[in-house]
Amino acid sequence: METKNVMIVGVGGQGSLLASKLLGALLIRRGYDVKVSEVHGMSQRGGSVVTYVRFGDKVYSPVISTGEADFIVSFEQLEAARYLDCLKKDGKIIVNAQAIDPMPVITGAAVYPEGILDTLKAQGVTVDAIDALALAQKAGNAKSVNIVLMGRLAKYFDIPYDAWIDEIRQIVKPQFVDVNLKAFELGYNF
Amino acid sequence: MKRLMLGNEAVARGLFEAGVKLVSSYPGTPSTEITEFAAKYDEIYCEWAPNEKVAAEVAFGASLRGVRSACAMKHVGLNVAADPLFTLSYTGVNGGLVLFVADDPAMHSSQNEQDSRHYAIAAKVPMLEPADAAEAKAFVKRAFELSEEYDTPVIVRMCTRIAHSQSVVELQDRVEKELPAYEKQPQKFIMAPANAVRRHPFVEERTKKLALLAETDTALNRVEMGGTEIGIVCAGTVYQYVKEVFGDSVSVLKLGMVNPLPTELFRTFAASVDKLYVIEELDGVIESHLKNLGIPCIGKEMFTPLGEYNQTSIRKAFGLPVPEHREAPQVPVRPPIMCAGCPHRGLFYTLAKHKITCLGDIGCYTLGSAAPLNALDSTLCMGASVSGLHGFNKAGGSDSERKTVCVIGDSTFMHSGMTGLVNIAYNASNSTVIILDNSITGMTGHQQNPTTGKNIKGDPALAVDLEALCRAIGIERVRVVDPYDLKACEDAVLEELAADAPSVIISRRPCMLLKYVKAKPPVKVNEDKCVGCRQCMKLGCPAISFKNKKAHIDPTQCVGCDVCTQLCKLNAIEKGER
Repeated sequence: METKNVMIVGVGGQGSLLASKLLGALLIRRGYDVKVSEVHGMSQRGGSVVTYVRFGDKVYSPVISTGEADFIVSFEQLEAARYLDCLKKDGKIIVNAQAIDPMPVITGAAVYPEGILDTLKAQGVTVDAIDALALAQKAGNAKSVNIVLMGRLAKYFDIPYDAWIDEIRQIVKPQFVDVNLKAFELGYNF
Repeated sequence: MKRLMLGNEAVARGLFEAGVKLVSSYPGTPSTEITEFAAKYDEIYCEWAPNEKVAAEVAFGASLRGVRSACAMKHVGLNVAADPLFTLSYTGVNGGLVLFVADDPAMHSSQNEQDSRHYAIAAKVPMLEPADAAEAKAFVKRAFELSEEYDTPVIVRMCTRIAHSQSVVELQDRVEKELPAYEKQPQKFIMAPANAVRRHPFVEERTKKLALLAETDTALNRVEMGGTEIGIVCAGTVYQYVKEVFGDSVSVLKLGMVNPLPTELFRTFAASVDKLYVIEELDGVIESHLKNLGIPCIGKEMFTPLGEYNQTSIRKAFGLPVPEHREAPQVPVRPPIMCAGCPHRGLFYTLAKHKITCLGDIGCYTLGSAAPLNALDSTLCMGASVSGLHGFNKAGGSDSERKTVCVIGDSTFMHSGMTGLVNIAYNASNSTVIILDNSITGMTGHQQNPTTGKNIKGDPALAVDLEALCRAIGIERVRVVDPYDLKACEDAVLEELAADAPSVIISRRPCMLLKYVKAKPPVKVNEDKCVGCRQCMKLGCPAISFKNKKAHIDPTQCVGCDVCTQLCKLNAIEKGER
């Protein structure tokens, strides 16, 4: 099998590491070779963060580069656009429709671009936008945006629903399992 | 059993399996998780030391006593630990001793892009460099064997893409080592000139023996033949990029030991291919070695010494097509920022308001340099704010002393700030040192330090009393302020700058991200009162934005620190409710 590539992008502190942990653990259990690359430290703290998940028969590079991503899962609108060059021509963007102002926008040095998802769609990009924050709140915790988006991603994967559920039970702390299962279901069925 | 493991976790597993008994480290991205994961094994004694020099010397002591020991650090940490390293090369070891050094090409979280391989060459110690997590674990065990067999400390070089990438690792059992009887060996371990003179030839001989090993040991250095047209020499993560681009269509000499380097292996490999390339991130270390041997190769004329490589940069360098894609639109950058409720913000606001010159240091508070606070004038290395302030004031005289401060975190002060404070007291400058005490080592992800009252496992430990320490050093003016209280910050800063004596202000409040710190209800803007004066926007708080000519506070981000409410002259920011 050719290597598949999923980029998880967002704003530091949104929980992208847990999403990649879930995906990585699930894929290795399915028998794939898997590599996950993260960035820690200074790059977090509200900055733009990117995590790479690659799987297949044999994966070499831990990073996803120009034109290679099958999916970009973005926790925020602007971040979906930032990494567009990494998306395959026929790749898909799954995006939380939330907009979070970066500091240059807050200080007035830059303007948050209007209608950025429409711009992407106009370029022929497949964009699956959901209000993951609202769904996470509905599930019972605003911090479960990451699992809502994993639920959405699962729709595009040929992996049984129950396998995802089992993995969430393994990865998430016991007190948060119910909220996250609900979040996953809401993202999947939206 | 197979598991997906972070490179750093695999190193920790390797330490466990190799029977290591002691790990002493100072945190530093991207090396921190090595020690954090090692601390999860009860069989390994782990600790956070105040700095990398102390950590390396603790590991030396354990080795002297006969057990396998290790320490981990980021690349700039090795600068601090370089002093023990260079002479450890002469003494060699009793129990195996391995240093883990994590380089950070592209500077994801670092102040420079130095290449640690130069240290291995300069200190004449072997250096291994793994290319994924499984190899990291294997190389840890091999490093300890080499350390004991060749009587040398060994460096394992990690880099961000190995340290912070997860790949598949097969777990094995720990091999326990008994504590041997201690035997005094003064000629080996007392590096006074008479003994050191005898150890230096041993070091040179050892390097020759290790270079011979590099020729033949295929577990370290291996050739993967794939045609005779192109040959590529590479190591570490670059090997993965090369395989990603070329698969088995080129021949690859993959180095696992990057110091010392082989000679005949290179000659044979070069002779077996038409064209030889050396692809290495950062400096042309391997390339220089080949060129010294008179082996023609293509290296830095084709590959930059800047930043990280990836499959695209290699494709482009070889003129190969890049996969079809769309160009990303220009969008505003999203730099890292101080969190909502960060206790450093109030203090930085005070410094910015009074246009005070401020020498900064290494930690979360480096982010005080960003707009709109723009509060810092310099950031060099751990501890440099305190010593630099003294020099700045000696050069600028009393005029400087009255409008210049430095800021340094609690952990960084313990690391190497206090020696600078000794200098201020001893050599008498009226310097104002601000210790930003957020009760944790923040930027590296919340590690305990000697001031926090907890050890690496979170168990109670002695807490260094910062006030008493500063007074003992000879600073009589020591005061503590709450950085959430802007008036108190302003009074403290202005009074201490005016004083005719050196002083220390401890700005004390725990990091908002600590689990035991409870957020207060978010504050909210009363839009009838808000006139859009933008005063609150000067804080650079990510929870405050400006919408429809009024301030807006994001209730999901605001932690109710109340700093912005103190700035609003119209009382338009009101306390919220749960």
